[in-house]
Amino acid sequence: MRHSTAESLAPTDGIRDYLAVQEQKSLLRFLTCGSVDDGKSTLIGRLLSDTKQIFEDQLAALERDSRKHGTTGDDVDFALLVDGLEAEREQGITIDVAYRFFATPKRKFIVADTPGHEQYTRNMATGASTADLAIVLIDARQGVLRQTRRHSIIASLLGIRHIVLAVNKIDLVGFDKVVFERIVADYAQFSRELGFQSIVSIPMSARYGDNVTGRSDKTEWYSGPTLIEHLETVSVDEAVVELPFRFPVQYVNRPNLDFRGFAGTIASGSVAPGDEVVVAKSGKSAHVRRIVSHGGDLSQAVAGQAITVVLDDEVEVSRGNMLVSPAARPQVADQFAANIVWFDEHALLPGRSYILRTETDQTSATVTDLKYRVNVNDFAHEAAKSLEMNEVGICNISTRAPIAFDIFAENRTTGAFILIDRITNATVGAGMILHSLRRAENIHWQSLDVGKHGRADLKNQRPAVFWFTGLSGSGKSTIANLFEKKLFATGRHTYILDGDNVRHGLNRDLGFTDADRVENIRRVAEVARLMADAGLIVIVSFISPFSAERRMARELMASGEFVEVFVDTPFEECARRDPKGLYARALNGEIKNFTGVDSPYEAPENPEIHLKTLGKSAEEMVEALELWLNERDIAENQYDSGGGI
Amino acid sequence: MNIALTHLQRLEAESIHIFREVAATFAKPVMLYSVGKDSSVLMHLAMKAFYPAKPPFPFLHVDTTWKFREMIAFRDQMAQKLGFDLLVHVNGDGVRDNINPFDHGSNTHTHVMKTVALRQALDKYGFDAAFGGARRDEEKSRAKERIFSFRNAQHVWDPKNQRPEMWKIFNTRIATGESIRVFPLSNWTELDIWQYILQEDIPIVPLYFAKERPVVERDGMLILRDDDRMQLRPGETVENRLVRFRTLGCYPLTGAIESDADTLEAIVGEMLTARTSERQGRLIDRDEAGSMEKKKREGYF
Repeated sequence: MRHSTAESLAPTDGIRDYLAVQEQKSLLRFLTCGSVDDGKSTLIGRLLSDTKQIFEDQLAALERDSRKHGTTGDDVDFALLVDGLEAEREQGITIDVAYRFFATPKRKFIVADTPGHEQYTRNMATGASTADLAIVLIDARQGVLRQTRRHSIIASLLGIRHIVLAVNKIDLVGFDKVVFERIVADYAQFSRELGFQSIVSIPMSARYGDNVTGRSDKTEWYSGPTLIEHLETVSVDEAVVELPFRFPVQYVNRPNLDFRGFAGTIASGSVAPGDEVVVAKSGKSAHVRRIVSHGGDLSQAVAGQAITVVLDDEVEVSRGNMLVSPAARPQVADQFAANIVWFDEHALLPGRSYILRTETDQTSATVTDLKYRVNVNDFAHEAAKSLEMNEVGICNISTRAPIAFDIFAENRTTGAFILIDRITNATVGAGMILHSLRRAENIHWQSLDVGKHGRADLKNQRPAVFWFTGLSGSGKSTIANLFEKKLFATGRHTYILDGDNVRHGLNRDLGFTDADRVENIRRVAEVARLMADAGLIVIVSFISPFSAERRMARELMASGEFVEVFVDTPFEECARRDPKGLYARALNGEIKNFTGVDSPYEAPENPEIHLKTLGKSAEEMVEALELWLNERDIAENQYDSGGGI
Repeated sequence: MNIALTHLQRLEAESIHIFREVAATFAKPVMLYSVGKDSSVLMHLAMKAFYPAKPPFPFLHVDTTWKFREMIAFRDQMAQKLGFDLLVHVNGDGVRDNINPFDHGSNTHTHVMKTVALRQALDKYGFDAAFGGARRDEEKSRAKERIFSFRNAQHVWDPKNQRPEMWKIFNTRIATGESIRVFPLSNWTELDIWQYILQEDIPIVPLYFAKERPVVERDGMLILRDDDRMQLRPGETVENRLVRFRTLGCYPLTGAIESDADTLEAIVGEMLTARTSERQGRLIDRDEAGSMEKKKREGYF
């Protein structure tokens, strides 16, 4: 029988009644986490098996697999039921989260079985982000381990408030009450600061089923609930319907000129026709005219529903904005502090530009200050210059455009974001907003009467930023110098920002770690932007080894203003020239983090100008630059009779 | 005020959210329409997600030329009734080489006429996102897959290196040539699907209902002899038996079950007491251990 006891009694002619009862069951989403080999997958296998969710053909396949890959002798190895990837079965470990579904007469469950290995923490976080409760497994023989603590911290950061402490393999310590109580005390001590609302500790054996679905006769000293009793009854409802109305606009539905609907999922609160709502970013208000649905207009809608709203006023709203309650508005800011969990093997670097994405909004963002890293063992706050994979830290974040948000502790939907790498598009981190930074609210743009165009017109030129990138010794400075002389001779107003020179002043506090290189480029890009704003033709001559920062610099400038010049000289040739004697020292190991030696150079893929210097003189290179300039002038003058460069 | 959403309302909202997210962030999405019950639910949800507009993407059916005739008739009827843009793709190379499940086996047939055909169609139209009706409860490698599942330019799924998927914040960014497979029904179970079909009165192919049909018993499965391309082996006979299908695919690869369930209520009742999984009737899953993962890595849905 599949759907256990009560279901089997359902008479076929009463199917609709039976389904109506099913429909009213509540849903609990939980995850299992903890260290490797604590028995997470086995526990889920046990839950599925005891609640009759495993079909005969699946059981037969499981028995076959157990003989082939199993680690439990002649018994069925339940872990193989959830470790669904070939690599997992071969290696006997869980790599990624598996989602499983089961139901009892009282509740429906979606369980995320998450990996215990530290290197797969991102997959554990994936499972935890949609869960309301975490089962933290502990091997009774091992006690609280590093991964137990790491997973508990991440669960807490991601907003999970209910914990089941499953002290597993209790059979292997002789069902000993003392061992159980010591582990419970250890965990209580450790988790004091994690803000959990409930921690229920249960001694169990997932392999043999003690205290999982049935009470064990070997732990008579334990009087609490079995695991399934607790899961069936624990209340995790957070009254999101009671929170202020938040409606992140996901999609604007415009089938014709007469209909303009804002589609999205209500993050919190409720809404009804006639309600006043405010557009979060502009502060403009309107009233809800209709809530449109396929089956007819709705008289109200609540948190969790995916709806389409029509307003009575033609206010400007697009994807990424939010319709909100006028009485309690979210924050709108471009600087805020957040907890960050880092997922990527390339560390988080302050100053580097990432894509920040909330549920529907997207902008670019940099970490302006990594305040500290959290030690997962003792919560110690440690100074850090970067955040490595699987580390957790508190950061200040600055976004290109303001976003609308609530703090995560108050709203799990509107207070969260992810960070995406600009080059690889990988999801590199997850963030939980702590609070906005006051300076963002207090510093406004001062509008000035004399503008960029006026300043450039006076110089009879068009501003541009020529960004020379290439290895040390590739000839950047030589070519840049000659190029400026030529421009200067024809009456252009120019300025060279040279890597070495800037490091003597503005950037004298920076070294050569990846984090400092990123900050180095960020500052220079900002200075170049100010100079372009002043109407100048700026020549930047920096190694600038990372494509992410060059792209960030490009995006700071007005469209068409950024000209990437790749000074392409092979490494061997640069090392041979070695004008400053640096390569010799770097290759000897005397200089650390030297680009091309022990620090990478990411060559531009589509530079505006690609200068292959081998066998060519600096004069020839500058001719190529001038040729490019002249061609651009001709092309642009066809559309624009303005000054040109 | 009744504020607690029912289980199906929650699943429906999640699926609609996913549909809209794709429409808002991808240049050229498509919905894979395989004509089965999950596709029927998927299509119904797509109609709801964009109401009063029509779904802003076409529907693609990859036709292996071995689908049940009733499926093709149903497909064309639905396209006409709902007025969606239906694209049908057949792998012409496979037809030319007369690839079929009898001579080449289910593996080769499925690879050429389904997996390769799908890749051809996605490349031909340049789709950057493709909706599929797969559910996590169907199969153990599907239980591991993200809702937004990244594919490289060769349509390859790398199960060991999936993007983290946090909350409902989906990373929809891809480079040119790459694509995302999107599964709005990830968190639905087979029971949820039937329950929803019943609640919303969603049309499904009549093959799901029990009826006397001409079947042949072969390799432990009951195969409906849908046309005379299926040659009888010595000793085999065609018998009319009261059967229906739990799942639909290519007719020579899909086993019928003996059943008298001829209403939705009876089907659900039967499902509640079923002792085998729905994919048990699918030959393709049984070729070898981990075969679904292998097919998926090659670009199968």
